[in-house]
Amino acid sequence: MVTRQAEREATDQIFGALSDATRRDIVTRVLRDEASVSTLARHYDMSFAAVQKHVAVLERAHLVTKRRRGREQIVSGEVTTIRTAARLLGEYEQIWRGRIDRIDEILAEPAEGAAP
Amino acid sequence: MTVISTTPDTSALTLTIVADLAAPPERAWQVWVDPRQLERWWGPPDWPATFVEHDVVVDGRSSYYMTGPDGEKARGWWRFVSIDEPHSLEFEDGFADDAGTPNPDMPTIRARVDLRATADGTRMTVTSRFATLEQMEQLVAMGMVEGMTGAMGQIDDLLVRV
Repeated sequence: MVTRQAEREATDQIFGALSDATRRDIVTRVLRDEASVSTLARHYDMSFAAVQKHVAVLERAHLVTKRRRGREQIVSGEVTTIRTAARLLGEYEQIWRGRIDRIDEILAEPAEGAAP
Repeated sequence: MTVISTTPDTSALTLTIVADLAAPPERAWQVWVDPRQLERWWGPPDWPATFVEHDVVVDGRSSYYMTGPDGEKARGWWRFVSIDEPHSLEFEDGFADDAGTPNPDMPTIRARVDLRATADGTRMTVTSRFATLEQMEQLVAMGMVEGMTGAMGQIDDLLVRV
């Protein structure tokens, strides 16, 4: 198994970033519609600085991008990163679809002497 | 197709699959606990599984290997976390080295299986939980999914035989 170190760190960062409920909520919001950090901060019972830190963690994991607009910092969701997780779950789903098809075949067979 | 729903949760890293099986829970339970039945469906068609140990008790272990198209072997283990025959089963599923020793650097999945009686048979819910996206990347890289397109062919073979 060849594992690229850089890729490992990147994926660890993604899931470290998503392990926090506030950060997951931020990602969900900015995937829907970009928002300034101050707008986001109004949704959470914590300081502006704390929300800013959460955003910075998400930014490092490439889950969001941040850009300046005048005095505001605008945060938007990075769809491709989320898609990576979705794609992997999709592939794992295919494994299970295959398994369930095969279970169906076994259950459809007439019971033989091998019964428990 | 008997899969009723699949629910991937990309932030919680879980995949929940609900399927209806045409047999009562007691019979469905056997495809999990009888190693000869289990090894007919666990591995993809071109990576068939062989269970050399399957001790279905809490803290009991299973040891298996899957044999690839070129004869390479991928070894794995299970450790049972909870067992409630024939209703539920929870276990860890990980990889092992050539000697069968669990490899801590490789992914471990936590799987929970629920079997509930319905009017026509059993509703099976399987929830797989990954610790990290990296683990999922590794699983896919392991080639576990390579054989999925071949699954249809294997089903045809079974149908001909029955």
